[in-house]
Amino acid sequence: MRVNFTVNGRPQEADDVWEGESLLYVLRERLGLPGSKNACEQGECGSCTVRLDGVPVCSCLVAAGQVEGRDVVTVEGLADFAKQREEHGHACGTGACGGAQGVSTDEAKQWTAKGTDSQTGEGVELSPIQQAFIDAGAVQCGFCTPGLLVQADALLESNASPSDQDIREALSGNLCRCTGYEKILDAVRLAAARQGEAV
Amino acid sequence: MDFLRPASWEEALAAKAEHPTAVPIAGGTDIMVEINFDHRRPEYLLDLNRIELLREWEVGEEVTRIGASVPYTQIIENLRATVPGLALASHTVASPQIRNRGGVGGNLGCASPAGDSHPALLAAGAEVEVESVRGSRLIPIDEFYTGVKRNALAPDELIKTVHVKNADGPQQYSKVGTRNAMVIAVCAFGLALHPETRTVRTGIGSAAPTPIRAKAAEEFLNAALEEGGFWDNGKVVTPSIAKQFGELASGACNPIDDVRGTAKYRRHAVGIMARRQLVWTWEQYRAGNGRTLEGAA
Amino acid sequence: MANTRTTPSGTPTNVSQKHNQGGIGESTLRPDGTLKVTGEFAYSSDMWHEDMLWGQTLRSTVAHAEIVSIDISEALAMPGVYSVLTYDDLPAEMKNYGLEIQDTPVLANGRVRHHGEPVALVAADHPETARRAAAKIKIDYRELPVVTDEASALAPDAPLIHEGRDDHHSGHVPHPNIVHRQPIIRGNVEEARKRADVIVEGEYTFGMQDQAFLGPESGLAVPCEDGGVDLYVATQWLHSDLKQIAPVLGLPEEKVRMTLSGVGGAFGGREDISMQIHACLLALATNKPVKIVYNRFESFFGHVHRHPAKLYYEHGATKDGKLTHMKCKIVLDGGAYASASPAVVGNASSLSVGPYVIDDVDIEAVALYTNNPPCGAMRGFGAVQACFAYEAQMDKLAAKLGIDPVEFRQLNAMEMGTLMPTGQVVDSPAPVAELLRRIKARPLPPERQWETAGESADVRALPGGLSNTTHGEGVVRGVGYAVGIKNVGFSEGFDDYSTARVRLEAIGGEPVAMVHTAMAEVGQGGVTVHAQIARTELGVTNVTIHPADTQVGSAGSTSASRQTYMTGGAVKNTCEAVREKLLEIGRRKNGSYHPAWATAELLLEGGKVVTDGGEVLADIADILEGEAIDLELEFRHRPTVAFDLVTGQGDGHVQYTFAAHRAVVEVDTELGLVKVVELACAQDVGKALNPLSVVGQIQGGTTQGLGVAVMEEIIVDPKTAKVRNPSFTDYLIPTILDTPSIPVDYLELADPNAPYGLRGLGEAPTLSSTPAVLAAIRAATGLELNKTPIRPEALTGTL
Repeated sequence: MRVNFTVNGRPQEADDVWEGESLLYVLRERLGLPGSKNACEQGECGSCTVRLDGVPVCSCLVAAGQVEGRDVVTVEGLADFAKQREEHGHACGTGACGGAQGVSTDEAKQWTAKGTDSQTGEGVELSPIQQAFIDAGAVQCGFCTPGLLVQADALLESNASPSDQDIREALSGNLCRCTGYEKILDAVRLAAARQGEAV
Repeated sequence: MDFLRPASWEEALAAKAEHPTAVPIAGGTDIMVEINFDHRRPEYLLDLNRIELLREWEVGEEVTRIGASVPYTQIIENLRATVPGLALASHTVASPQIRNRGGVGGNLGCASPAGDSHPALLAAGAEVEVESVRGSRLIPIDEFYTGVKRNALAPDELIKTVHVKNADGPQQYSKVGTRNAMVIAVCAFGLALHPETRTVRTGIGSAAPTPIRAKAAEEFLNAALEEGGFWDNGKVVTPSIAKQFGELASGACNPIDDVRGTAKYRRHAVGIMARRQLVWTWEQYRAGNGRTLEGAA
Repeated sequence: MANTRTTPSGTPTNVSQKHNQGGIGESTLRPDGTLKVTGEFAYSSDMWHEDMLWGQTLRSTVAHAEIVSIDISEALAMPGVYSVLTYDDLPAEMKNYGLEIQDTPVLANGRVRHHGEPVALVAADHPETARRAAAKIKIDYRELPVVTDEASALAPDAPLIHEGRDDHHSGHVPHPNIVHRQPIIRGNVEEARKRADVIVEGEYTFGMQDQAFLGPESGLAVPCEDGGVDLYVATQWLHSDLKQIAPVLGLPEEKVRMTLSGVGGAFGGREDISMQIHACLLALATNKPVKIVYNRFESFFGHVHRHPAKLYYEHGATKDGKLTHMKCKIVLDGGAYASASPAVVGNASSLSVGPYVIDDVDIEAVALYTNNPPCGAMRGFGAVQACFAYEAQMDKLAAKLGIDPVEFRQLNAMEMGTLMPTGQVVDSPAPVAELLRRIKARPLPPERQWETAGESADVRALPGGLSNTTHGEGVVRGVGYAVGIKNVGFSEGFDDYSTARVRLEAIGGEPVAMVHTAMAEVGQGGVTVHAQIARTELGVTNVTIHPADTQVGSAGSTSASRQTYMTGGAVKNTCEAVREKLLEIGRRKNGSYHPAWATAELLLEGGKVVTDGGEVLADIADILEGEAIDLELEFRHRPTVAFDLVTGQGDGHVQYTFAAHRAVVEVDTELGLVKVVELACAQDVGKALNPLSVVGQIQGGTTQGLGVAVMEEIIVDPKTAKVRNPSFTDYLIPTILDTPSIPVDYLELADPNAPYGLRGLGEAPTLSSTPAVLAAIRAATGLELNKTPIRPEALTGTL
């Protein structure tokens, strides 16, 4: 079947979609957006969290056919989404993302860690929550990170100064195996504090 | 596999009539796991996401009507006042992301004994409105669960709305899992006080082939509360009443040993939850949160 | 501090570089951080190639059986299916692989030995097609009796898991179903026992833990025109994979070119081969790129787990609290294939005493072959199971003697100079008593944190959490302590080395260093540290980390807490050689312009050559003049020896590392549910190269220890040896609501033998975390609790 929907503000069309495919599979394997992660594919880990019409959901549990005509924001579009929200008080994505299929092996070979520390980003504009995750040391292997970012960003959107227990509850569907969560809490606190300062 | 995308309720009913084996998919939180893990390959998936009326709720005088696809998050946020037990149960469902997608219709459709909403629906008193091209009917919740993962739906029927009696007294819900969040119930218990009828109702999850009520416990408590004049005098229920209520709730269980827990533990835990919830709800009732005491306390 | 000394690898260093910005000791941020937060970091499951096919593994549905027949015809006939492979299709004479013993079939050869063993492979144009095809392969199994524990493995008529084995352990084991046995005898336990005023015995059970890394096993194999294959994969050790992959493909190693893809966690679970060979076989068979991605269900069968163990301990002590002797037997279940079992046995036995002084010991550790899932490396590697048991023993002894449990441990704590039971002298700081003092001195977290200003309890702070099971009823607090000892690096005479290539050149007038190693970055932050080391040693700001591949020498495994020590050491070592070479060029070119070139200690700082007095002599870029210095050197830690097979004596370990925990728990004693309120850790790290990463490692390791204390266990049916919970629904790992605040207090007592004095740190926190939580639960409930993970049933008498 064919599915048309919007991802990170850009209209997308996926063809020859098998009816049992998940939104996660379509994003990763058909639209070249592998940022949403395939850690459990049973809704237990939150690594594949995306915003579906604004609502954070596990994309592994959304059937591809269900997103026809709908709006999806993935981690790849999070920075633009956050920027739009800041500028207009709401976000709809700008279409800065999408493009090539997956990660080509050439790209993988050519990947090099940037010489400078990653806070400089070299032209990459990050959302506050993304920056906070880097700064707080909340990223280790990083596999849980995309889902956590989307979920934490949604938390801060609805609750600008969450208590620790609020953060824990909001992130209780996102498993992390590396960090022991302490630095993730730090990151959300940091993003909230910076957001507070900015207002 | 075919993916059916009805645009309206009528189309959905027609599709289900034409393809009775079609598996409805709304939040996808059960069926997609089965598809991803290659446990199930339905011939047809019937997508209900486009049907607005399934996402609507209405708080009426007597009952709250909750569309089958209303996500748990909405129940928690909007329906706490009239269906507090179900709101508490909704809060224990999986994770925020799952609560954003899943709804009571899916729980009822799957009819897993571990579904989180069942004990709350049993305790509150509810009817399930189902419909087919042949017409609609209301199935009392006590008659809804017919076997392990089986319910009273005919092959051509879809779940439309759940009618939950508005709370006339305190309600509680607990579930035991071996993790402090995002866990499938080892067992669960729900209790609702109904001061208007001076009765109590219960619900037990994951401790029998189907969700059940602890009827002997209810009858005992109804009688004990009546005899002691508790509804009127607002006294603290005695520890012996709470203890016996817990034991009878425990006795209602017919659990199995499985990877999540032993039968013995399930019986034990249901008893503890029942006893604690009786104390919690009764304290709420005494504190005047129960409607019949409003103004009297 | 400029002193002359020799590194373990023999390179002389006569300079200690001063601080350089972004160098060691700073919490510099991850170089891959931006890619990881934008979703652009390329994990192994993200690989994509034009025309690629999807590989699927068909696994055995039974644990032990003879394969009577396999019929692939129906699968092969399916449209979209390109290849179906079984044992008969393997191209080389070598058909097995394995880390130490090559006993693991690439595909089952007429017999399966555990549930989930790979039997056949399918390549198809869509994963669903591959799954459907795999389901159409007909396998006729004739089931065999299963071996599932010590009794069934060693019974007179026990089926032999590997008949006719002739590996290097087969000659000394008492039974062919024992992979390896390591005794350690020191002193005289019988005599020492007579001095004991109290004797405590215990039998302990440690459940099977899964690494549960979040990124599933995955990778992409691309066939090449030269008949070779390019493999992009997530692993812990590229070169070890290569050594196992090439022979079964029938290819020389240079035709198997491996590149490390992004690794979504590892924790030991990627030390063994998973899909690597299978993807290459399918790619070579179809001449198309093949991607394999396990789902979570398959991942539970796709890698080895932590050895479940039975541990029998006897300790004695005098009434003034001094340990007299220890006797123990540790039985590890290695499952169907050897994997890392022999080395796990070595660790379990040699570290079974814990960080204590006991002169008289009688130790035996064995690993069994059974039909259970294969077990091998996981963070803590044999030391975890032992720590759980000996720390329970310490509490029992302290209780029996009426001595405070921390004080009792301190009375017996090892220190620098202590003799290990293997006869090895602990020759660097061992601040066991101090670590315990620090965690004990920490103020306790406030009680009843669930109480809110309003009337209702905050259930998120209570046992049961969001499930609303208690509002404080039945909740009792308990506090427990534990401390552990772990070795760092590969032991027992293994030639453990790392290689680093460093290239220094001027780009646009600025000096730039490139560090190239085969180190698997699995999240631990090695790439961050490598850049820091290069900045410190070369005085440059710009450091590029080359992707890890097999075009450079081996970096050894990202395991055994060894990478910062070993590959970090290699980077340091090579940087030092590059620096020497640069200064040599500088002296040659510029020596005549300034006498300091000959007379002063020269350092590299801010892109310049400076004297130790701070005088600038030259720009690094000017010395290089368009030339690059490019060196690749190996680095070795000091040699170790194998343990004697009878006495267990020998300097088998490189370095020891220590951590201690205090757990504060609240237990709903009626429902048997646990909330860990705080899990404080104190650890000696020698030198914190990156404090932020150090704390992150300790918190992460601590949480994995918490998991196996209260929830994590792969449950294997003892009747069928089948795994009952291969999913994240039923194999539970801690969520953020299960994980408490983890305050970390790290010491930096330098180990003079190690680069920068550092101490490997990743594993130690996983050891003591579990027994500390167990001790706290025992304190809250008064129960003995000899099995981990504890289940609600164990706390409520409802097993």
